[in-house]
Amino acid sequence: MRFVNVAFAVAYRQITVLLKNPSLFLPPMLFPLMNFAAYAGGLSRLHQVPGFDFHGGYTAFQFVFVLLQSAAFGGVFAGFGIARDFERGFARRLLVAAPNRSGIIVGYGLAALFRWAAIAILLTIVALIAGMQVGGDGIDLFGLYALGLIFNQVGLLWACGVAMRFRSVQAGPLMQTPVFMALFLAPVYVPLNLLRGWIHAVAKVNPLTYIVEAARGFIEGQPTEVGMAFGLAVALLAVFAVWARTGLANAERAG
Amino acid sequence: MAHQVWLIARRSVVRTFRQPGVWIPPLTFPLMLMAVNSNGLRAATHLPGFPTHSFLAFFMPFSFLQGALFATGIAGTDLARDIDTGFLNRLALTPVSGAALLLGQIGGAVGLGIAQTVVYLGVALAAGVHIDAGVGGALLIVVLAILIVIAWGNLGLWIALRTGSGEGVQSQFPLLFFVTFISSINLPRNLISVTWFRDIATINPVSYMIESLRSLVIVGWDGEALALGFLCIFGLMAVSLFLSVRQLKVRMTRT
Repeated sequence: MRFVNVAFAVAYRQITVLLKNPSLFLPPMLFPLMNFAAYAGGLSRLHQVPGFDFHGGYTAFQFVFVLLQSAAFGGVFAGFGIARDFERGFARRLLVAAPNRSGIIVGYGLAALFRWAAIAILLTIVALIAGMQVGGDGIDLFGLYALGLIFNQVGLLWACGVAMRFRSVQAGPLMQTPVFMALFLAPVYVPLNLLRGWIHAVAKVNPLTYIVEAARGFIEGQPTEVGMAFGLAVALLAVFAVWARTGLANAERAG
Repeated sequence: MAHQVWLIARRSVVRTFRQPGVWIPPLTFPLMLMAVNSNGLRAATHLPGFPTHSFLAFFMPFSFLQGALFATGIAGTDLARDIDTGFLNRLALTPVSGAALLLGQIGGAVGLGIAQTVVYLGVALAAGVHIDAGVGGALLIVVLAILIVIAWGNLGLWIALRTGSGEGVQSQFPLLFFVTFISSINLPRNLISVTWFRDIATINPVSYMIESLRSLVIVGWDGEALALGFLCIFGLMAVSLFLSVRQLKVRMTRT
């Protein structure tokens, strides 16, 4: 019960801070929309490249990537909030006051989920207005958003672990850059079979490739490698949960 | 006046290069993106009418624009810090002129811009990019890239003077990033099939800045592309300098 109380209290505070500060809330919300407009609008001709085997249209192809990117970055941006809490001394007071400290991580996770849910709803509405074709049924779409949700928490747990180790917003690039690079080393603009050279070799072993391709299969209505994608997503979640918890232990030791 | 500009510019350059966290990301991040995108988007060269067989050659000029974006952030954040710490107020008590202050403040960004240009160009040449306009073209690329940094850097100064905070400058980054993306950065304008995107790219000065740099790499000496590029760069420089000078007067009046 104490765990739940701490989690909800932290989540409530984070969401309140977010809603009261449009400068914190709006840029992360607008960024995926801008990316979506830039990719789906500017690169739509790519679906005419010979061998482009995704049949749901380029808008849907890019929507999936931007949705997953927004999920991961929704988590990373929440990590900035954790680092800011440490810089301002709030997190140290929280460590003293919380009867169950694991609840702190879960609270930040709930706030990250809220942040991404708002972005995902807006992005979906914009994509539908832009004429996105949805071939998948309700279950497929549930699978798509479930992958996004897990990915959001993976992003948060990674950033949380970094924030709790460095306890400074200056660690921001360290939170963002690996996520950014891992995402862009997956098939972003064209399917995997159209990548050539070293990027094809890297994308083939990048776990995010399976997650992105499975998510694209969901929206196309032709689910592919679902078990592999969810298995990898849950494994990433477990690994980064340990990373975040050991980060919290690090912060506890530092006082 | 030249002495005043020199003193402020020297301080700005030293301050920039003393902080690795400031100059390492602008040097490395565009290179990473160039490596990833030039491979990820290589399939676009199979589109009928694509002007070159090397997507790296086509995409390389984007690095200069991205470097300029970083320059906006660096120049703006540095000035915002000077406002925040009261340095600008103390400077206002000296005989230094407003124009010298603005020109000197972007010294750090320009110094970094020169380093960026040399590094990006060197890496591209080492990766096999052939500059169709020859050695003279390569030198003109350096000149264009530095002018672009000055124009965008002035924009950063204006934002800093207007908002007076580093957070204010950083929060504009997604918008500026979007402006660069909604251009002919990823595909030539005639190959963009989404009408609204092509129309915005056509009126976006960034397209002409990119196309002037790109023309030297993949076309040779294209007078029209170069004239339009210089026109847009000097236009942005004039507008951003005018706005900065006006905003500086407002801020000095306030203090």
